[in-house]
Amino acid sequence: MRDATVQMPLVRPARLPDAPGRLRGGWLVCCSCVMLLSQALVADGREVAAEVLAAQQHRVEVVSKISAATVAVFAGEQGGGSGVIVSPDGYALTNFHVVQPAGLAMRCGLNNGQVYDAILVGLDPTGDVAVIKLVGRDDFPYARLADSDAVRVGDACYTVGNPFLLASNLQPSVSLGIVSGTHRYQFPAGTILEYTDCLQVDAAINPGNSGGPLFDAAGDVIGVNGRASFEKRGRVNVGVGYAISSNQLRNFMGSLRSGLLVDHATLGATVATGADGKVYVSDILESSDAYRRGLRYDDEIVSLAGRPVRTVNALKNVLGILPAGWRVPLVFRREGRVEEIRVRLAPVHAAAELAEIAAGRRQSGPPQRPGEGPAEEESPVVPKLPEPVRDLYETKTGFSNYHFSRLQRDRVTAALRASVGDENLRGVWEIDGTLEDGRPFRIELSDVLATIDLPTGTSRLDPREALDKSPVPPGSGGMLAALVVWRKLLLEGPETVGRTDAVGTAPVSPDLLPVKAETSLADLLRTDVGGVSAETFVAMDGGPTAGRVVGVDLWASPQADPCEVRFERDPAEASRPAWMPTVLEVHSGSTLFGRFSIRSFQVRPADSDATSTEEPAS
Amino acid sequence: MRTHTRSGESQCRLRTRQDWCVRLCVAAVLFAGVAGGETASASEAVIELAARTVVKIYGAGGFRGLESYQTGFLVSAEGHVMTAMSTVLDSGEIDCVLDDGRRYEASLLGIDPRREMALLKLDGEGLPFAPLDGGRLASRTAAAESDERTGKQNPPAAAGPLPHGDLAPPATRVYALSNLFGVAVGDERVSVQQGVVAAVVPLAARRGAYEAPYAGDVYLLDFTVNNPGSAGGLLVDVKGQPLGMLGKELRSSAAGIWLNYAIPLPEVAASFHALLTGESTEMETTAESFPFDTRLLGFLLVPDILEKTPPFVEAVIEATPAATAGLREDDLVVAVGSRSVTSCAAVAAELSRIDDGDAVRISVIRDGQIVDVNLGPRPPMRLPVAEEPVLGEGR
Repeated sequence: MRDATVQMPLVRPARLPDAPGRLRGGWLVCCSCVMLLSQALVADGREVAAEVLAAQQHRVEVVSKISAATVAVFAGEQGGGSGVIVSPDGYALTNFHVVQPAGLAMRCGLNNGQVYDAILVGLDPTGDVAVIKLVGRDDFPYARLADSDAVRVGDACYTVGNPFLLASNLQPSVSLGIVSGTHRYQFPAGTILEYTDCLQVDAAINPGNSGGPLFDAAGDVIGVNGRASFEKRGRVNVGVGYAISSNQLRNFMGSLRSGLLVDHATLGATVATGADGKVYVSDILESSDAYRRGLRYDDEIVSLAGRPVRTVNALKNVLGILPAGWRVPLVFRREGRVEEIRVRLAPVHAAAELAEIAAGRRQSGPPQRPGEGPAEEESPVVPKLPEPVRDLYETKTGFSNYHFSRLQRDRVTAALRASVGDENLRGVWEIDGTLEDGRPFRIELSDVLATIDLPTGTSRLDPREALDKSPVPPGSGGMLAALVVWRKLLLEGPETVGRTDAVGTAPVSPDLLPVKAETSLADLLRTDVGGVSAETFVAMDGGPTAGRVVGVDLWASPQADPCEVRFERDPAEASRPAWMPTVLEVHSGSTLFGRFSIRSFQVRPADSDATSTEEPAS
Repeated sequence: MRTHTRSGESQCRLRTRQDWCVRLCVAAVLFAGVAGGETASASEAVIELAARTVVKIYGAGGFRGLESYQTGFLVSAEGHVMTAMSTVLDSGEIDCVLDDGRRYEASLLGIDPRREMALLKLDGEGLPFAPLDGGRLASRTAAAESDERTGKQNPPAAAGPLPHGDLAPPATRVYALSNLFGVAVGDERVSVQQGVVAAVVPLAARRGAYEAPYAGDVYLLDFTVNNPGSAGGLLVDVKGQPLGMLGKELRSSAAGIWLNYAIPLPEVAASFHALLTGESTEMETTAESFPFDTRLLGFLLVPDILEKTPPFVEAVIEATPAATAGLREDDLVVAVGSRSVTSCAAVAAELSRIDDGDAVRISVIRDGQIVDVNLGPRPPMRLPVAEEPVLGEGR
């Protein structure tokens, strides 16, 4: 079985269409046949039921729409594959194994007969996904990501793409079939490229279809095609192909669009099926978050991230569609008692390992070591990019293309600004309120001092110095430092606070899993400042809370449990500006440090604010 | 007990242009409906009913990475399972996993070498099953209620063989359900594929150099259904009428291409009734009479002197595929392709089953480890003219 399931190979192009000639042919043989058939029937004097014609017309329209959003990816001499555009500004999904040989830049054909330049944005080597961006238009035809958990076996589906690189006239091939299986687990081919929770279809997936879209009957994307089972019949479709689910793609999309080299997640524990058929922890790392939250050897896993776990495959399926770093609810049973914990998922690979994969990608471009490659001439060390995408690439450790992280950070910065409006935030923030037991608290935040008065005592911090000395207040994991980072981000803007990068999207609460729509995700900023590291959740564009900071996780040291501050806002609250929270909820590790209900929030202009920060230019 | 006569094959075939039109029209309606999502719930219901009767079958003792799985389907509420006869069943322990994940150990009641089918029995009751008497799939409760009303008991055992003439015509839209590539495990649902019956024709097929024993009518299908693990799977039309059993992987005798076919339900029913009444016969194997000479691949096994001589490699000939692939003296051959072997004769027999030009992969035990060895394409069966090795070339 393991041998039989393989990555679609790259196929060599017959030729790359160099002139953007306009070619308009029939979309596909299949549709043409149906049309001919209907004509034949009419010509034969037979009536065709109106609903049949309507269904046919609908299908023709769907095929027209989905063909326009499908991309033929040409990776030069190395071959090519397929892809699908998912935004009007040209972001497209494809497979890692399609873009890997192409390196940073590739050419992409659409069925309007035009060839566009594209640049690599984000890479997910483990999940076999890549995001590229086509340039030259801001009105690309695009497809929407549907909820792949709603897909049922037997549902009609279309695979669209460039099998055997047939699309030399840039017209994609379309194949109609059904969904043969859902939530399939496919072992990694080689060491990575594991397909978890994928869709299995009998619509044709052949070499060259890799990276191309799997559409539902309505023409929305339910997956990205990438693998097929082959055996003795050779490397052609045998009615068994696999697509990465759209829900997995959605979970990773934010990170990929931020130009990250993204990693998949591990629990830090292994599981095995017991004699009773249930799933038990067979080994667990004491350094893992799952262990710190209380999971132990021999506990029975009941559910993860809101999905029941009845087999080892089911656990791998749930885990495989989640990015490293997300927090998920985990329910386990021990001696008949059921417990729920929140586990932060660890990365599968060491950062250096993933970087090596990226390096491997670049090595497959022009030969870098003299004498090794077939070409004798000097090869450039810096990749030579085509003119249209030359300014769209920036290198940085941990990123496949840092340029796009910058773009996302600028977008989040603008959203943060918009949420604050014209209000002058400079000065001392005075926050008063009560704890759950009714006793009062007071927080003061300024450029030179941060204090918190609690019934248990007062804690202080100098925001100009190291923030990691002792996480205060004691037991919070670093609440004051988290608030300092929050204030700095709002006041100074992400680009000037320590080193702040846009690192994708995540749900602000594990309760939002599983993610069915982009709106349950928040933008994520990672900040390294004053010896601490923080991740700030900013509500996405489009919602009523757009641009508002909804959470900060702060690590005073990499090994310790972070302080998790959640900024809640009572929707009925109208007297205070939208960016001001009404409640702060603070967790550290497994415990709730406190729920702070804010009664009054004042920004008092500081008279002696020495460190007058410049308003950063946008 | 009913009796039936065969009403002729011609009925199953297209005769006139009008037939074409009518059938294609039917196909177009269904095609359009399915694609338009209009019959989504209906197809979902049919697939649900069909999938609940299909079992994943595992033969014990398979090596890691070796194919040791296939498919079967329940034909009685008491746990009778019809499947394909194969080496997967050559094990003392046959496991059946139902759609809901329940696992049973099954016993082999009998084999039908002519149709290459086998009957298994697992210890169950009230199980969903595919009726062999020509009835449609029904939900378990509906079937049970109907049985209570009519006082009918154990329908498949009571009913006789089916009318053979009632085969589904070409252009019938069908689903194939099977454990292909062993992709589904536990309570994961078997794979479902969709297509149409392309023709109803007598089977003329071979496996390796040997003619397939079954030569009756089969449904030729327009989609690839006979994959590893598919054998024994269920073919059902889109309305929920069981039509047949997916066969083993075979090539056309005439063209050498891989076939996509299913054996019609009346044959399954006939086999079931024969096996239930104990008309089982031992498998006749002809492979031993045409053993493959391993020298063609570049190695010799120890002299075959015992009834079951352990297949140790005696010698590896230089500059041959075996030498290139790293086969060594004293390696113990334990599998040829996905089939386990325990004797020199079995190695020769299994090699003879592989088609000319198909890849030969054997597994050997060396220093306590299983090692896979790829010997490349299998050369033609005939011996080289010269007795001495001339095998290095031609690779």
